Amino acid sequence: MRYAETGFNLEVDLTRGNIEKVATDPRDTALYLGGLGTNAKILWDRVGPEVTPFSPENLLIFSAGLLCGTPATGCNRTILSTISPQTELMAFSMMGGFWAPELKYAGYDKVVLRGKSEKLVYLWIHNDTVEIRDASHLAGKGSVETAEMIRQELKQPKAQVAAIGLAGENRVYYASVEQGRSSASRGGIGAVMGDKRVKAIAVRGTKDINLAKPEEFITLCNDVLAYIKHREDNPIKGVMTILQGLGSPQEMKVHDEKWHTENFMWGNSRTRRKGFWNEEIEEAWTDTLEGARTRLISCFNCPMKCGATISMPGVPTYMMKCFTKLTYTMAAYSDLDFGLRIAQKATEYGLDGFSTPQVMAFALELLEAGILKPDDFPGLPESNEDRFFYLLDMIVNREGIGDVLAKGTYWAAKEIGNGAEEYAHNTIKKHEQLPLKLSMLNPIYFLMYAVGEKINITQIEGQFPQAPFPKREHREKFCEDWIQVPHEKFKQYFIDWELRGENSIPYYPTVEMTCDIVEWQEMMHYIDDALGQCAGLSSFPLKPPYHIHNYPKFISAGAGIDMDEETLSDAAKRYRTLVRAVNIRRGMRREDDRPPENHWKKRFPELEEKLLDGYYQLKGWNKEGIPTKEALEKMGLGYVADDFIQRGILTEDETADVQTETQTQ
Amino acid sequence: MAGKTKEKKIVKTIKIDVDKCNGCRACEVICSAFHASPKYSSNNPARSRIRIIREPLRDIYVPVYAGEYTMAECAGRDKYTIDGKEYDECSFCRASCPSREEFKEPDSGLPLKCDMCEGEDEPLCVKWCLVDALTLEEREEEVEEQEEMEDLELGLESLADKFGIQTMMDTLARMSKDDKSK
Ligand code: SF4
Ligand code: SF4
Ligand code: SF4
Repeated sequence: MRYAETGFNLEVDLTRGNIEKVATDPRDTALYLGGLGTNAKILWDRVGPEVTPFSPENLLIFSAGLLCGTPATGCNRTILSTISPQTELMAFSMMGGFWAPELKYAGYDKVVLRGKSEKLVYLWIHNDTVEIRDASHLAGKGSVETAEMIRQELKQPKAQVAAIGLAGENRVYYASVEQGRSSASRGGIGAVMGDKRVKAIAVRGTKDINLAKPEEFITLCNDVLAYIKHREDNPIKGVMTILQGLGSPQEMKVHDEKWHTENFMWGNSRTRRKGFWNEEIEEAWTDTLEGARTRLISCFNCPMKCGATISMPGVPTYMMKCFTKLTYTMAAYSDLDFGLRIAQKATEYGLDGFSTPQVMAFALELLEAGILKPDDFPGLPESNEDRFFYLLDMIVNREGIGDVLAKGTYWAAKEIGNGAEEYAHNTIKKHEQLPLKLSMLNPIYFLMYAVGEKINITQIEGQFPQAPFPKREHREKFCEDWIQVPHEKFKQYFIDWELRGENSIPYYPTVEMTCDIVEWQEMMHYIDDALGQCAGLSSFPLKPPYHIHNYPKFISAGAGIDMDEETLSDAAKRYRTLVRAVNIRRGMRREDDRPPENHWKKRFPELEEKLLDGYYQLKGWNKEGIPTKEALEKMGLGYVADDFIQRGILTEDETADVQTETQTQ
Repeated sequence: MAGKTKEKKIVKTIKIDVDKCNGCRACEVICSAFHASPKYSSNNPARSRIRIIREPLRDIYVPVYAGEYTMAECAGRDKYTIDGKEYDECSFCRASCPSREEFKEPDSGLPLKCDMCEGEDEPLCVKWCLVDALTLEEREEEVEEQEEMEDLELGLESLADKFGIQTMMDTLARMSKDDKSK
């Protein structure tokens, strides 16, 4: 018997309309865990570098994490992987909600879509019955609307539905997949789904998920619940409110938006509005949120309530979580009321809440600068807010200039030319980042932004405080119950970290320390993405209930795979490298590992190179950021090395031996 | 059941606060895990003895734990409007009845009933509901002693309803014969 996982994938060939239930190899689970790990393996094996995002050979994988559907609290992520139209690299976006556990209960770990359907269809998975059904009546419907319609036509109120909106159908490069109260937004996964002509996947399951060592597993779960309670009663002192507790940032609960509105850039990452937040605004925004929010809601098997049901007068109800609350507001220099209204429309269309507002603001900036002409915007409304609604429709319908803007700022700027590229200034690996432009380079964040292949800083950071605490005694206090550290040295790194003076950024943490910190933070995220664990209870917040010391126990007791900290770290490193390898084979190199030019005002080019060198060396990559043969073989990825050598990406005797002096900086 | 006596007893009930429920279904997970055999060896919300009637777009979140098995569905189901929200009467009903899929084993269709997590100090759904949508209420009451129906009895009764007692007896007899011949 397989434990925690079902041991079966659904392989759906959309071109031929063929569906197969395929047993998977448990050895792959031991090596790559599940979720992101095994997704990366499938993409490596089956999607060559010549495959373009919108070709039938591109795969779109919906995967439950290894522990989804078990009683592990907060373990509910669906990990979607494909080749992104935006970055042309591997995309791996996650969504919370209820879909992944339901898929497990239906008896599958993954749904692998290949080919392309001729007409719009949806997939209905009900335990052993799986059908491809006509979706022509759902064409153009909103993602939330679609989910409801499908539940009704199937008479299955408990079915979980992941759907795209019009943006996905029209292959907008930053289209999302929406589900429950969550969405998989980054990388334009919705566009690939639309390209395959799949409107939705509905799933309902009533089967068991088994555990290898039941009593042990439940004890671990109870410990996690107890720790969640403990953290609720003991918020972390000395950090901003949203970082004090657990869960994904509690944007639906929090009213104090001073930090976000004054530190993030408004427009298309254009201006910072210091002193924006005042009492009047706080009052107005509090009223807006409280008037709109009907209830705080959770994902499957989690008490954290990070999302909310939002009902604005005259606007259909939808669900929201996290920072989308502010992205539209800030892009348009408007207020929260506008933000929540337009977000409803954007959710129905199925769009990435980071990219979309930036693209729209970018278009208006180009108009202001005379790079785009009034002719490009026929019938442009007068008011600022109306213009954003107008642009939203143009983009999603790919009308006129909207057709170009649908490709995101990077590609649109290239096509528009005439100086537009100057305005596409907030992308990493061709994808819009958080609109955060800061002053002094922070070495930890530099590295995370540069090497993060998930293209979203919030999905790389966590564990280590974002800034030093002013007083040493506070730092020492913080370390007292810091059980999550993989190694005691991290405590010392933090204790010695000062706001000013020798031990302050950018030269402290040193290159070596920075690499250690980044590797730890990144590893935790990669583990979460394989297990299907929400980062909000693990890799993202400070002092979370899940960490490197209890994770191996969860995997052993849950999946029955012998695991200790070392094997788990090795596995995470293995599939992290495999993600890198997929991207390297697609042409990604050191040059792509960099944050936007204007991300910090004070830059330190030499230090930045050293940071990259140090990180590459720690990972066993050569100077170009390519994993070496030796490192690959050590990780059991000899097949990647062979492929690289055959393609001339690597030579036989290349080493990771880059400037060792960086390590003693 | 002759000779019913009145006696003092601690009556346990689970108090439900629909305003606090966030729809996470943790209660379903742990209930089904607890009732797996061996204990916790598997879980499957479809086997849970508590269900969340959940319609996010209408803001309906009603945790209901399984009560009596009833052979027939009730007549004339109503709609209720509470705080401007419209609920189907079944939303509040604890019965395992022929008209609903709730509170039935997914494979056999046999009815399920909440047993207050017999043997545990605290009902596990209450323990796992960290937001206090479920709380345990204990009060001392004089009650008529009544035999609690066991799971097996409950199942048998529903089978008898469905197939008739004679068919069941015949089947049992045949099964035990088959078993002997093995
Ligand atoms: S912590 Fe928040 S986002 Fe994460 S699973 Fe729980 S409710 Fe969902
Ligand atoms: S555990 Fe509590 S909050 Fe979650 S669904 Fe059950 S009753 Fe609602
Ligand atoms: S008290 Fe126990 S048996 Fe009853 S619904 Fe809750 S978890 Fe299930």
